[in-house]
Amino acid sequence: MPVLSIENLSYAYPNAETPALNDVSLSVNKGEFVVICGPTGAGKTTFCRCILGLIPHFFGGDMSGKVIVLDTDTRDIQPSRLAAKVGLVFQNPEDQLIAMSVEEELAFGLENLGLPRDEIKKRIDESLNLVNIVELRDRPPSELSSGQQQKVAIAAVLAMNPEILVLDEPTSMIDPKSALDITQFLNKLNKERGVTVIVAEHRLENLVSFADKIVVINKGCIVQTGSPREVFASDNLLEIGVAIPRIIQLASRLKKAGIKIDNLPLTVEEAFSILRRAL
Amino acid sequence: MPPFIVVHDLYFSYPNYVTALQGVNLNIDKGELMAIMGENGAGKTTLVKHFNGLLRPQSGSVTVDGIDTRNATVAELSTRVGYVFQNPLYQLFSETVEKEMMLGLSGVNLPDSEKKNRVDEVLIELGVERFRNRHPLMLSEGERKRVAIASVLVMDPAVIALDEPTLALDYTEKRRLGGVIERLHNEGHTIILVTHDVEFAFDLSERIVTMSRGKILADLPKEKVFNGEASLDAAGLVEPQLFQLARRLKALDVHISDFSVEGAFAGVMKRVKRSKGK
Repeated sequence: MPVLSIENLSYAYPNAETPALNDVSLSVNKGEFVVICGPTGAGKTTFCRCILGLIPHFFGGDMSGKVIVLDTDTRDIQPSRLAAKVGLVFQNPEDQLIAMSVEEELAFGLENLGLPRDEIKKRIDESLNLVNIVELRDRPPSELSSGQQQKVAIAAVLAMNPEILVLDEPTSMIDPKSALDITQFLNKLNKERGVTVIVAEHRLENLVSFADKIVVINKGCIVQTGSPREVFASDNLLEIGVAIPRIIQLASRLKKAGIKIDNLPLTVEEAFSILRRAL
Repeated sequence: MPPFIVVHDLYFSYPNYVTALQGVNLNIDKGELMAIMGENGAGKTTLVKHFNGLLRPQSGSVTVDGIDTRNATVAELSTRVGYVFQNPLYQLFSETVEKEMMLGLSGVNLPDSEKKNRVDEVLIELGVERFRNRHPLMLSEGERKRVAIASVLVMDPAVIALDEPTLALDYTEKRRLGGVIERLHNEGHTIILVTHDVEFAFDLSERIVTMSRGKILADLPKEKVFNGEASLDAAGLVEPQLFQLARRLKALDVHISDFSVEGAFAGVMKRVKRSKGK
């Protein structure tokens, strides 16, 4: 059952010469883990904004086609009302952090949902624990490092218990170990609680083994959709600026050189066993 | 020749906040290409901001090109050490990209035609020439990042410190930036990369310094870090998949010493040829 269905979506920002998205169609099923990749400026952020209805409601511009989220046309609902079910983590955390302390930041969205006090407290504790930032509870978000702010932004969205989680380069500023923790956590949320996860990312190494579907966007168009193995078998991804994980690149090169490789590896373990058989 | 930058027992703390640097010692020679790596809040940025006088030691000392930074102005230091902020918004002020470039050069004693040539060269090399007349705020994160790097390169400082330079850059832009850094290094510039991007750091730099909680954990040639003499994990870093694979492949008598795809490919093919020869 699709929780998100995008039909022939085209969009241009106000006064833009060229459209940011051009006739994009995509269907995402409940519980899918989708990774959106593509070079800078391809339209990934615009795509995320459309899912939440920030386009067209906040950004104006010229939109055609349809975005249906959880059976509602985004044109017919205010983004603030969608926010209870669809969580968005922005690329730049400074764009979404407004409160005087991390705790208040997390409480803000929950208070807007009208939740009882002890439920709010419980959810805040849970989220801070999940993202591992309990010690930042009383600090002002504006004084935190970019990576820490990014974690706060993720915690604030998680606290809302969304059915669909949309993350725009959520770990770009976070150190690799915390980034790995967060991607593993997204995987857990997806597999155990059935939350639909849509992540736009440049750094694909940690994500590919979790992804059901990879969507490649270039110049406002979807140029490929498929399982990680299907999509990464194509060489022109590197040419358009998508960083195929190096172990996959290595396997592709070896395959071309005549080494017997049936399936592209998505993990180190897979790569090792493929090479052990092949050598 | 004494090291170009000497950090001696440096302590620094921000108001109302934990100590950001706790007794750091570090020497950087002229012409080095090195990476400072570590988790969020480890003190990397705080350390590097001492190199061009944005921060001054509270205790201990920092000497750049023989000058004690406590006795120097930012203007004096900035001609020696160029610093590219992690967030380009902190350093872009002008209405257009071109004006931003010229602003940096306004204090440099050069004829206008020479300044213009330099601006052209740098903008073309970083692939942002077409944004010359655009407002920096109207660019995407990745484009803005490259403009911020260009605005420092145009000053041609001896030392260039780049704070998370690959943030928001895609594969193509990263490769281009890698090429620019190699060129600068070959021309004798000292390059300091502050980065989480383990692949990028290992592709380019010879020396890896890891930090955690305001202290230096390890300061080693990259081969030694790869061989496990320093824990990347302790510094909040994760070994790239290709490192992990390369280490496991030793058991199959495959030896990889260069962590690019080409290097790993060459390592595996060597082993294939050897077994065919038997």
